[in-house]
Amino acid sequence: MSLSLLEGNEAIAWGAYHAGCRFFAGYPITPATTILNTMMKLLPPSEGICIQGEDEIASIGFCLGASMAGMKAMTATSGPGISLYSENISFAIGSEIPIVIVDVQRLGPSTGSATKGSDGDIQFLRWGNSGGLPVIVLAPTDVADCYVLTAHAFNLAEKFRCPVFIASNKEIGMTRESLDVDSIQLPPLIQRAAPVGNTPYIPFAASDPDGVPPFMPIGGKTVARQTSSTHGPEGYITVDPEVIAQSQTRLTNKLIKHLDTYTFYELHEEAGADTLIISYGITSRSAKTAVARCAGTPSPLSLLSLKTLWPIPEALIREKVAGYQNIVVVEMNLGQYVQEIKRILGNRSVTFLGQMDGSLITPTQIEEVVNDARSH
Amino acid sequence: MMPDLINRNRPPAYCPGCSHEVVTRSLNSALQHMGVDANQVVIVSDIGCSGLFDTFFSTHAFHGLHGRALTYATGIKLAQPNLHVIVTMGDGGLGIGGAHLLSTCRRNIDITLLILNNFNYGMTGGQFSATTPPEAQVGSGFLNQIEKPIDACRVLRAAGAGYVSRVSAYQSDLAGEMEQAIQFNGFSAMDIWGICPGRYTRRNKVTYKTIQSAIDSLPPFRGPVSENIREEYGSQYRQKAGVQEPPPPLLKVKKRFPALFDERKEILILGSAGQRIITAGEVLCYAGLTCGQHASQKNDYPITVLRGHSASEVILSPGKIDFAGIAAPDVVLALGQEGIDRKTTLLNTFVEDTFVLVDTNVDIPDCKGIRHRVDFKAKKIKRQDMAMASLGILAHHQKLISLEMLEAALRIRFQGKALEGALALVRRAGDIA
Repeated sequence: MSLSLLEGNEAIAWGAYHAGCRFFAGYPITPATTILNTMMKLLPPSEGICIQGEDEIASIGFCLGASMAGMKAMTATSGPGISLYSENISFAIGSEIPIVIVDVQRLGPSTGSATKGSDGDIQFLRWGNSGGLPVIVLAPTDVADCYVLTAHAFNLAEKFRCPVFIASNKEIGMTRESLDVDSIQLPPLIQRAAPVGNTPYIPFAASDPDGVPPFMPIGGKTVARQTSSTHGPEGYITVDPEVIAQSQTRLTNKLIKHLDTYTFYELHEEAGADTLIISYGITSRSAKTAVARCAGTPSPLSLLSLKTLWPIPEALIREKVAGYQNIVVVEMNLGQYVQEIKRILGNRSVTFLGQMDGSLITPTQIEEVVNDARSH
Repeated sequence: MMPDLINRNRPPAYCPGCSHEVVTRSLNSALQHMGVDANQVVIVSDIGCSGLFDTFFSTHAFHGLHGRALTYATGIKLAQPNLHVIVTMGDGGLGIGGAHLLSTCRRNIDITLLILNNFNYGMTGGQFSATTPPEAQVGSGFLNQIEKPIDACRVLRAAGAGYVSRVSAYQSDLAGEMEQAIQFNGFSAMDIWGICPGRYTRRNKVTYKTIQSAIDSLPPFRGPVSENIREEYGSQYRQKAGVQEPPPPLLKVKKRFPALFDERKEILILGSAGQRIITAGEVLCYAGLTCGQHASQKNDYPITVLRGHSASEVILSPGKIDFAGIAAPDVVLALGQEGIDRKTTLLNTFVEDTFVLVDTNVDIPDCKGIRHRVDFKAKKIKRQDMAMASLGILAHHQKLISLEMLEAALRIRFQGKALEGALALVRRAGDIA
């Protein structure tokens, strides 16, 4: 075994590179800047393009143009930049433009704290678009996840023609960690599908009601259309309620109905555990330490670490909570994903531990909250 | 004659008398005269009535968000360098996308921008735009009377556009002017003055003649701007990218020494900017890698360079590192006052056998641990060398790392004179300790 030392941000860049990303545009912002820096080293020598936009809006705009012209594209920012991306995120959702968007979260609100970590954008990533259609959000826990999940993110963006978020955190992005790169197994790479057969190309025609339209690039031999307006299969504005409804339903179902193919998670179950911790991101590593500490004691713990946050893997969560007396949700904000867990679990009581002060939630804090939950 | 590029299924439909219709026909004529096929052109349209252009052509088409057309066009052009990329934008998009306009001029990417300048927001009801004259009657009350309109051409030239022309939508050679702009190898922009009969001319007198006389009264803009002529962005980019060195592969460190410990170790390095605290933390991680340990490094420093605190939290562990924070440090290097003051809350985490190496010139509050004082100044160790020397001291004490691990780490991290200096420093650290 040999180990490399790299930041989560560098791992995202390398993962993107190996996933075939050859277009990156970004605007410098701590704690995401080192993704831009690394892409600047990786792409130009590989016939790729890496540019710094005049602002975040331009950066994601470049990416959408390049993606529609056939390239795998990625951008990276932090919360203040996600705010500026919003209009183009909506565009990518509604007009089915593949793109990977990295949010290296920092403590908010607003410009907040540039060098403090947080998972404060978890609901923002889901709902920060007009129209409210679903998005895919993957949350890495460490440098290895940054590498692998980024490759998955590209596959999902290509397969479903949609934006895919990587919800990282300063505590992962700017922390250097050892990684056995040779042990990394990337998924087989997926390319957006071209149409089959000789029928005229219809840009937004999917073969089934929950499917994804085949892709032809702008600038290719076959003329292609793209529009941010509410459109029918041919890519022109439509006011036909039936066509609109079919399209919105398809945009929803193409993600929701295939969720089981991209529900990523880790489960650490201890025999005899009465409590299941549900967490994600950097915080799930504190939970994992707590689980390790309590293993073999009279009060062991289990952990469900979610790596697909959106669409919310409801079936998985319902299945895994079965048999546990206590459910404890831990996250680095004042209570965002816990609302989803409570909604899914209905009448079950859910204990919550959140913190939003720029410091990591510690294993000891988690153990204390678990003990409180047990005593109630 | 090359094919007509007007979309037969979607013929142009504007308000009666709208100059956009004339511009659409002229653009079609220009493209026809150039002899390009539908798949060699993309129309990227902005917002408002200029945002309808893409639908009226049988070419590639891209319609996006208000004011952002130039950003999409830039991405498309970089990905498809042989495509003719034409952006249609009104005076509305000109204002809302101002930052993109300036940057596109500066980049000089081979895109043609047609500004359909009709002095108001037609589609939303005739509100004032960035080019509305103060004397005009518009749908924004008196607001246009107290803002100075911009002259798009002067802005374009000042921002570095290589080709700028100001024309009337009604001049007879409009198609020829467009062709020249499209053929220009770099960013070209045309400020095309026209009439919005739906909104603007209902309350403002604008005719073909008033447009022409207004243009004639201004300094002319007739194409190439000599002061801005330079190589096109994309070709420069590809040329410069083509000679970049490929990045080195990720450095891999094999275990080559037996570790001196068999459980997780936490190290806290506290100092000030300029003491190379972060570099020392990185070297410590590499030293850990040489004995097969996993490593993590979390740093804390302000936005200033060479001023303020600098702190590094390093964890070395035989197994994967989960919680990457400091719970109970095994070793603390307290080398600079600012770092110590910044991390006072961490002092509570020190335990009885925490090894605390303290520079005698800093004050550290009462806390647990075994103190080991070093007078770096007396030993003539420079400020920027204290952190690295401290690693040498640890190595001489066989504390977490050995000298051979440290030297191996330095060989990974440094080269040339920097390496020689670092090796000499840690080798003499035994005398300091």
